[in-house]
Amino acid sequence: MPILTYREALNQALREEMRADPDVFLIGEEVAEYQGAYKVSEGLLAEFGARRVIDTPISEEAIAGAGVGAAMAGLKPVVEMMTVNFSLLALDQIVNHAAKYYYMSGGQYNVPMVMRAPTGVGLQLGAQHSQNFESWFVHVPGLKVVLPATPADAKGLLKSAIRDPDPVIFLEHELIYLSKGEVPAEDYAVPLGVADVKREGADVTIITYSRMTLFALKAAERLAERGISAEVVDLRTLRPLDIDTVVESVRKTHRAVVCEEDWPMCGMAAEVIAQIQTEAFDDLDAPILRVSGVDVPMPYAKNLEKMAVPGEEDVYQACLRVTEGHRD
Amino acid sequence: MATTRSEARKSEGLRTIPREGHLEMYRKMVLIRRFEEMAGKQYMQASIGGFCHLYIGQEAVAVGIISALRPDDYVMGTYREHGQILAVGSDPKAIMAELFGRETGISRGKGGSMHLFDRERNFMGGDGIVGGGLPIATGVGLAIRYRGGDQVCVCFFGDGAVNEGAFHEALNMAALWKLPVIFVCENNLYGMGTQVTRASAVPDLNRRVSGYGMESAHVDGMDLLAIRALSDDVVAECRAGRGPWFIEAKTYRYRGHSMADPATYRTKDEVEEWRVRDPISIYEKQLLGAGLITDEEIRGISAEIDAVVDESVKFAEESPFPQADALYDHVYASGE
Repeated sequence: MPILTYREALNQALREEMRADPDVFLIGEEVAEYQGAYKVSEGLLAEFGARRVIDTPISEEAIAGAGVGAAMAGLKPVVEMMTVNFSLLALDQIVNHAAKYYYMSGGQYNVPMVMRAPTGVGLQLGAQHSQNFESWFVHVPGLKVVLPATPADAKGLLKSAIRDPDPVIFLEHELIYLSKGEVPAEDYAVPLGVADVKREGADVTIITYSRMTLFALKAAERLAERGISAEVVDLRTLRPLDIDTVVESVRKTHRAVVCEEDWPMCGMAAEVIAQIQTEAFDDLDAPILRVSGVDVPMPYAKNLEKMAVPGEEDVYQACLRVTEGHRD
Repeated sequence: MATTRSEARKSEGLRTIPREGHLEMYRKMVLIRRFEEMAGKQYMQASIGGFCHLYIGQEAVAVGIISALRPDDYVMGTYREHGQILAVGSDPKAIMAELFGRETGISRGKGGSMHLFDRERNFMGGDGIVGGGLPIATGVGLAIRYRGGDQVCVCFFGDGAVNEGAFHEALNMAALWKLPVIFVCENNLYGMGTQVTRASAVPDLNRRVSGYGMESAHVDGMDLLAIRALSDDVVAECRAGRGPWFIEAKTYRYRGHSMADPATYRTKDEVEEWRVRDPISIYEKQLLGAGLITDEEIRGISAEIDAVVDESVKFAEESPFPQADALYDHVYASGE
């Protein structure tokens, strides 16, 4: 299988879907001439021209609204927000419009739009450029929310998102654009709403998504050295949530650690934990633990930032705690 | 420029528009007036819930502009959209049933007064967010151009919307890309209870848009023929690729902002001054003067419309409420 970066995989997905469907187009700040602030759209202007790869003014609300309108008129826009931080300027279009039209029109107008945005923390980008908002979008019925962790999932999920008849928020972790992985050479798509068991195990289930999945897999290797067998469930899609795969795993391991890079309050981990305890309370041998970002705006100073961002060690320690007494 | 041309052509409309066209526009205006009076009455009787914003007084704007459109053109409405959707020809029964929250409503009882949709007629909704429709209309314009079509998208909004960021982002984008979008500001002088002079540093709204390099015109929103003449010109311009356009129609709502608003922020005299220039009366006199309608026909249309409105209420009253499982329908088009 070919080895691609996460970014190349996303670029392939866009290219293939644009080749396959003339109604698919890309619109956003710096997507065409500049070839993407993170170079995800590299080469697309040259192949598809300015009609289908559209540079915009810095007007996030109008960009998102233009996507909504074009989708309601039957096209399949892929709207790129330069980063998820700027999508807050477009929240009215996403939450009050894209997410609502199918319902409040009684099924007349669906909005087949994808909003892509880099997300994630780190690189000393400071408080306004170093945050996650998936829990805000996940909160809204009518939206679907996808956060891929690997190149193969990035490609396969983006293809499904573009083909989907509903508005999909597709969040790409900006610190893994250069991460590499095997990507099938043949045409494939990864269905939305299906979690993936990235590593099988027997003693504890680590439930996570996006970049934290990579930390979870590394932590699982270290845990194995200590004789602890960790299963890693990558949610991939946060809404619709594949709680069945999560519960099935927890019923097997009887312990769970839920990890997110996002802040803890009303976050994705809180939701997953609530659903596990409802579905599988009797199967649990220990309280479910949560690993989250520290509950502060992101500081600039390198040492402080390091303290605020959760990583492999946090996942590892939480797994040790939750399996205490189980070992030896 | 276009204003002057349209002014000269406004009286021509009495000669150039076929008599049947005039009768249709007259019928629509009377329908909107009577439908809205009935909606107000039904709201007072608690048959209609939520917010209910009546279009009474503004009938000429929707009818004048929409009568200049083709069936394949698009219309983006506001939350004061009963008049706009009636003007595109949607079924009054389905609209009243929607206000009543019934299964047979035009949005299956899921939208209500502020969210009336008719995809068959390219009516893209009632939007409850001030200024929210402008970026979407821009996207519709983009889709039209993408496909190489010659339709236009008309986007209605009020004077309150011109102070929203979305207004400025959308106008700039539509003008930058020369999209076939007609932005229609129904300036009824009040954004809810706030006079436009208390909200806009430059109350001349045409001047607000001059910075976007977009053609604009203002028109008397109580004069149907003036609006129609201007719309014919503007629609032709946009079809020919010379869009977008901005139209300010100065009009007046006789009722409060919504049914919950007694409108104490304006004087009775002011309301009366505007009522003297009632758009239906003005048009009626023009038609009578030109011999395009008779008093008998006026009485006939009045009775016909009353029957249509009564029938819409009867239909709404007799329609069932949505089934319980409708609660979960239409969250996702994929059915998840």
